[in-house]
Amino acid sequence: MIRTIFTVFKKEVLDNFRDRRTLASALLMGPLFGPLLFAFVINLSIERSLSNVEKTLDLPVLGVEYAPTLVDYLKSRNIDIIAAPENRAAALASVKTGLHDVVVIIPEGYGERMAEGLPAKVELVSDQANTTADRDARRVRNVLYAYNQELAAIRLSVRGVSPLVLRPLNIDDIDVSTASGRSGILLGMMSYFFIFAMLMGGMYLAIDTTAGERERGSLEPLLALPVTRDRLILGKIIATCLFMALSLILSLISFFFALKFMPLQELGMTPNFGPKVVVAAFFLLAPFILLGASVMTLVASFTKSYKEAQTWLSVVLLAPTLPILIVSLLTLRPRLEFMFVPSLSQHLLLIDMVKNEPVNVLHVVISVTSTLILGGLLTWLCAHLYRREGLLG
Amino acid sequence: MIRVDEIHKSFGSVRAVRGISFEAPDGRVTGLLGPNGAGKSTTLRILYTVMKPDEGSASIDGHDVVESSLDARRCTGALPHGAGLYPHLTARENIAYFASLCGIARGNIEERVESIVDLLEIKDFADRHTKGFSQGQRTKVALARALVHDPQNVILDEPSNGLDVMATRSLRELILKLKDAGRCILFSSHVMQEVAALCDDIVIIADGRVAIDDSADGIREQTGCDDLEDAFVAAIQRVSPE
Repeated sequence: MIRTIFTVFKKEVLDNFRDRRTLASALLMGPLFGPLLFAFVINLSIERSLSNVEKTLDLPVLGVEYAPTLVDYLKSRNIDIIAAPENRAAALASVKTGLHDVVVIIPEGYGERMAEGLPAKVELVSDQANTTADRDARRVRNVLYAYNQELAAIRLSVRGVSPLVLRPLNIDDIDVSTASGRSGILLGMMSYFFIFAMLMGGMYLAIDTTAGERERGSLEPLLALPVTRDRLILGKIIATCLFMALSLILSLISFFFALKFMPLQELGMTPNFGPKVVVAAFFLLAPFILLGASVMTLVASFTKSYKEAQTWLSVVLLAPTLPILIVSLLTLRPRLEFMFVPSLSQHLLLIDMVKNEPVNVLHVVISVTSTLILGGLLTWLCAHLYRREGLLG
Repeated sequence: MIRVDEIHKSFGSVRAVRGISFEAPDGRVTGLLGPNGAGKSTTLRILYTVMKPDEGSASIDGHDVVESSLDARRCTGALPHGAGLYPHLTARENIAYFASLCGIARGNIEERVESIVDLLEIKDFADRHTKGFSQGQRTKVALARALVHDPQNVILDEPSNGLDVMATRSLRELILKLKDAGRCILFSSHVMQEVAALCDDIVIIADGRVAIDDSADGIREQTGCDDLEDAFVAAIQRVSPE
């Protein structure tokens, strides 16, 4: 029994290693794709958050001559005043066409109304559908609010009223998230990359087990041998598992190195992803291997051809994101019942580890055993379906 | 020795095999002849146990193909129609893989593979990956794979399909060699001449039924046709007049 399984296993491993192109896409795609995309997203968000604060904002202001004090105030807040379109209509049009993100219009009567102590109109033109413009508009609006507040305070003081009257509330933001905690949000993507890499690593073998062998015409001779089919499929699933494990190890290592080169500190993140966590993450994610291998083999066994199997398996590649996505969107905290959901339980536990938060041992036990049991059941189902005649297509 | 007794097999509403019976004794070559879609492949698939008959029974060396399919497979070497190889393995590795799966002791595999490589005369390309093999080379390797466990019964489904003259010739020689060694050989074909040249017994099937089961001479006699091709057509029309 063991010998037959091992024979099949050995042949599948050899066969897969000889197929260089498939091997490259299976073992390189997953481990490289994750860290690359990750680096890209992180660099993008760093660029965005840095540019927001430090960069001077070029702001076209129409009617500069009517409000010299306001203009000086804007300049003092790291905003450069540049030439605006000649009139209001042109200003509106320039924002609409995307020439300018934000334009401030100061109407002619501004000075007089200001002098009379009446609300003076200032127009802030922006396209709210444009997210980068929206951020600039918010920045200008905040500066204008601040100016508004200062003026109000001065006017009250002149009338002998304390400016504090205008501040019944004193709102103070206190952020209790730790640096590693903040990284968790972004690093939450990580768990999916690992699952993706795992599935990619075994995908071709899983297809080959049924659809591939059938298409090549090697399935029938194989089934005509004096071997029970259970052993054939077990050997194949174990080989699939090996490649999934290889892919997982490679992507863990690639992430380990990639994170060293990412300027995460600038985002206030210190992910806890040292060698110890890498090893722990492997054992946490490893139970998913059997489940993934059996699901892919199962799905592929129903397809008529290699191509059809690939199409269906790309759906399988996305399936594990679903629970992760739902929980992320609803920002749910880890709960006991979530640990029964494969991919979700691995995701939540991995996030806890990366955030350097205490990991609930019971949660780990439930995650590992439930994923393994489900994987075992599906493997049994695969073996069961491998016995049917329809397999020959 | 292969024995088939009143087997039936349907796929949905298609009745592929409806009551086929025949015997293929040891030391003889039995040909399963019939037009495309007559039920030849289905019959053979039931014999090498990748399918089960709906009704009736079949046995190989006394092992029922359903009840003790593993034993039946142990004494059978099967070459399914269009049998494929593993393209990234060499011919020798392809054969050794099957040898190992058949349970040949690890120490004997190399020797066994070597002797089958000699028997089928595939030494020239035995160590090449099978990816770019010609149809003839592929069939030979597939045949070597099927024979690696030295089976008493050999089932070949349209083995000469796509082979050139030389390859067909060497296949014929091999079949005769196996026959002389006392093996039971059952093969299917839709080419009358090929069957006539090689077979001791011919089972003509059409429409899932046996039209005639006799020797070549017996068939000529029964149908009253001197030409075997005419006899073939006459026999088929007896079963399916349209």
